[in-house]
Amino acid sequence: MLDAARAGESTLLIAPTGAGKTLAGFLPSLLELAAAPREGLHTLYVSPLKALAVDIARNLTAPVTEMGLSISIETRTGDTPANRRARQREAPPNILLTTPESLTLLLSLPDAGEMFAGLSCVVIDEIHALAGTKRGDQLALCLSRLSALAPGARRVGLSATVAHPTALRAYVAPSGIPADARLVEVKGGALPELDIQLPEGHLPWGGHMGLASAPEIYRRIEAARVTIVFVNTRAQAELIFAALWRLNEAVLPIALHHGSLTVEQRRKVEAAMAAGKLRAVVATSSLDLGIDWGDVDQVIQVGAPKGVSRLLQRVGRANHRMDEPSRATLVPANRFEVIECVAALGAVRAGKQDGDPPRPGGLDVLAQHILAMACHGPFMPDDLFAEVTRAAPYAALSRRDFDDTLRFVEDGGYALRVYDRYRRLFRDAEGRMHVRGPAVARQLRMNLGTIIEQPLVKLRMRGGPMLGEVEEWFVASLRPGDNFLFAGQVLRFEAMEGVTAVVRPGGGPGEPRVPAYSGSRMPLSTYLASEVREILHDPTRWHALPDPVREWLDMQRLRSELPEPDGLLVETFPRGGRWFLVAYTFEGRLAHQTLGMLLTKRMERLGYAPMGYVSTDYVLSAWSAFEPTDMDTLFAEDMLGEDLEEWMAESSMLRRTFRNIAMIAGLIEKHHPGLEKSGRQMTVNSDLIYDVLRRHEPDHVLLRATRAEAASGLTDISRIAALLARARGRIRHRVLDCVSPLAVPALIEVGREWVAGGAEDALLAEAAALVEEATGGTEHFHEALIDVNEALPARPREPRAARRSRR
Amino acid sequence: MIAAPLHIVNERLMLCPTGVLLWPAQRLMAVADLHLEKASHFAARGRMLPPYDTRETLRKLAFALRRYAPHHLVLLGDSFHDAEGHSRLAEEDRATLLGLLAGLRVTWVLGNHDPAPPENLPGEAVEELALGPMRFRHIGGGPILRHKEGEISGHYHPKASLETRAGRVSRPCFLTGPQHVVLPAFGALTGGLDVRSPVLAPLAPRNGRVFLLGTDRLHSAPVSFVMPEGTGTKMPAPAEDDLLPAGHRPPPLETVKVRRRL
Repeated sequence: MLDAARAGESTLLIAPTGAGKTLAGFLPSLLELAAAPREGLHTLYVSPLKALAVDIARNLTAPVTEMGLSISIETRTGDTPANRRARQREAPPNILLTTPESLTLLLSLPDAGEMFAGLSCVVIDEIHALAGTKRGDQLALCLSRLSALAPGARRVGLSATVAHPTALRAYVAPSGIPADARLVEVKGGALPELDIQLPEGHLPWGGHMGLASAPEIYRRIEAARVTIVFVNTRAQAELIFAALWRLNEAVLPIALHHGSLTVEQRRKVEAAMAAGKLRAVVATSSLDLGIDWGDVDQVIQVGAPKGVSRLLQRVGRANHRMDEPSRATLVPANRFEVIECVAALGAVRAGKQDGDPPRPGGLDVLAQHILAMACHGPFMPDDLFAEVTRAAPYAALSRRDFDDTLRFVEDGGYALRVYDRYRRLFRDAEGRMHVRGPAVARQLRMNLGTIIEQPLVKLRMRGGPMLGEVEEWFVASLRPGDNFLFAGQVLRFEAMEGVTAVVRPGGGPGEPRVPAYSGSRMPLSTYLASEVREILHDPTRWHALPDPVREWLDMQRLRSELPEPDGLLVETFPRGGRWFLVAYTFEGRLAHQTLGMLLTKRMERLGYAPMGYVSTDYVLSAWSAFEPTDMDTLFAEDMLGEDLEEWMAESSMLRRTFRNIAMIAGLIEKHHPGLEKSGRQMTVNSDLIYDVLRRHEPDHVLLRATRAEAASGLTDISRIAALLARARGRIRHRVLDCVSPLAVPALIEVGREWVAGGAEDALLAEAAALVEEATGGTEHFHEALIDVNEALPARPREPRAARRSRR
Repeated sequence: MIAAPLHIVNERLMLCPTGVLLWPAQRLMAVADLHLEKASHFAARGRMLPPYDTRETLRKLAFALRRYAPHHLVLLGDSFHDAEGHSRLAEEDRATLLGLLAGLRVTWVLGNHDPAPPENLPGEAVEELALGPMRFRHIGGGPILRHKEGEISGHYHPKASLETRAGRVSRPCFLTGPQHVVLPAFGALTGGLDVRSPVLAPLAPRNGRVFLLGTDRLHSAPVSFVMPEGTGTKMPAPAEDDLLPAGHRPPPLETVKVRRRL
């Protein structure tokens, strides 16, 4: 590291947790500053978490003060008071610790040039968590700008072990070329000690919450000093937390930590954890990154790990000392998850990593950056293009995309050029772009950043404090008096007051509902999926599986057959007057949702009269009125043609993607100067904009960005393509008399049901007809109606565990 | 495309899935909340929304006019997004609009967004239009209707959602009671206000119905069905001098909150 610093080279340091990465990143700067104290900014540190920046600042300040060095160290985040921010601009500290958002804001200021001119070093922490995300895109663009302002500054990237180190090297290199960043890799560290904990008694067929294992989890918490219990979703966090407290006769201090709780609440839990006052904390990915707790001696992962690298990251939260192994326990919630856990265990022992390489940078982030740069000062488009393409995520950016994005920033970039007099940027005689006025800059600074929240509603206790936030649709589905679980307590919904939901302490009969959060579940990684297929197919690897799972697979071999690692097993069987088709595709939930829609469309065309489908991470199951027979046509590769295009354009996923892109790019705003207090939104529904734009200018740059993003992430189309290619000519179709053992989990999966073809109108007609049938025109007797209403919702959207326990 | 008949105060009205209301006996078509030039309103404030909303709205309007060939077109207010909206009409769009209105009796009911009559466009501008038993207003819910009087209004952009077996589906809707119809917003960039909102409570009696707009037809349900328990209209206790028959009681005036901008 010191070598590289002396040579002024940029470096990527990859090391397991506990190896002292952060200190290594700062050491050269501290030495330089100790040897030659100076004024002004020397080192900039960027971390994905505010709390981390604050923590590192504290850890650096202590030794620096002890040694009597005159090195000034300060943080700058959204929480920094205005007077300190102003002072930092006047007289920046030697070392400034900040986040990507605060850095973007600094760079958009007119005096950014003076502030950063003397910069010698940029340290980017947890780079693996940033690269490939929109925040990472934004940071990469900012780094490129920093290199233009301070050409001599070297970069230091700090990363955990990853599957794609080359992509991270490119990210760190000022040129965007991997070879231009030195790679320092610290190998080793003790391998983590992992084991699998099954529930005593029956091993569940389905469900993802893992509540059956609560007693075992509790026993392990009792036996250890400090435990982090990681779960996959916020709903699961609430349920596990509640289950543990029901068992908590010893009244162990067990806390809850997830992204919907208020920041203060989360900080309180973190502080209690750091002070050693907690025995366990139940957490979601909100604790994946972050402060070094030091004393955590065990991690429990409840539910399937979904990816090897993700698991390792979590396991690394225990025991931040490199030479001692971390201890972690996997608690699978169902039989398929047992196989997944076994596969993950094998992968960890073999030192594997997984995860997709970072995707190319988004045009929405670029649009925000262009406007921010214009707010900083006038620019020549050619220069900015050159600067942008030196950032690795934008290395392959075409000039056309850049120009279209620039035009979007100027005046919306529409083919119909009617906004000339409203343009946000104008060009001077030499071709430099200027921002139109201070109002544009003000608007930009209020809307900076790439983190888009779902529409949320604040929760407030009647006459008491704010409790946190839940998604709007969940509140919309609540009726006054309904109980639900939040922040570990049962709350009763009273009423909406403006944009706040007012609640009281709840209780009483009936199981409380649990807020679910859309998009909070990660799909199974490609690597783990193929491992699961390998294990299923190879009985010699079954010795690692517990007896009930082995028996289950044996039964499957007897009644049907096991899916092959290559190829595709499809079972069809009649049940309850319908025909079921179960395809063992193992491509993750997102891919299966898309595939299910395409498949049912095709079934419709072949006359099988499909009615619906359900997708899990492992299988896709569809049901129809008639027996599906022609598997080769059903799964033919041309499936990814027109049907896909048509459905994609209409799908809610694309609309959601467009909404995020429109917000980041600045088409619709999160905040408007002067309006945030009133709670009244100045925004226009993004779905309507999407429809108008799609009809009148389908090739607009924001629609192109939307399609590109959806294709790579949300719909997992590449995985479907790989599946169809793999399956061609190798489909094993088994016609069975009844459900096969392996298909049982899919059939009892009561996740979100999708409708064949996905047509909303058909759904509405069906619902309206049901209403009519149920009410028979007796709408004046509305009390009777409400009873019907209670009984009717065919698929209440609440987590399956809550519903099951109600039965 | 199938329009749904609706009988109020002994008149037969038709509700069309495009969001327009027809009164066949009068050869009248009513449409609410066009919000023309909404995108350019935002563009002037730094949000470059697609400048196609006016032509998209006019395209839909042209379709409905061609299909139903009314003699009288009533625009129920907020036809332009702001008072200067008409002056921002692109030449092409103005020509289209003039073409559509030619040969029709046109009534511009004034709304809160467009309180002044549009310049250089044909038609009469009124605060309220009374025609037979019907009152055409921008904002419904008052003044109190007399027995056998009906009210047709816009302003609130009502929408409703139905629980289907694949989740909740939300659409703009007609909101109807024994004596009134609230039309959905017709403009391409106009959002909606859920009928469960307390603001709409006076216009959403439990014996009313909503008609959700579909592609080819309307999907109807009783108001009580899309309304959670304990919300919706709380009918005032009948006053002693209240002589109106039950079910024909007008919505209480004092609970109507006028939202200036939706």
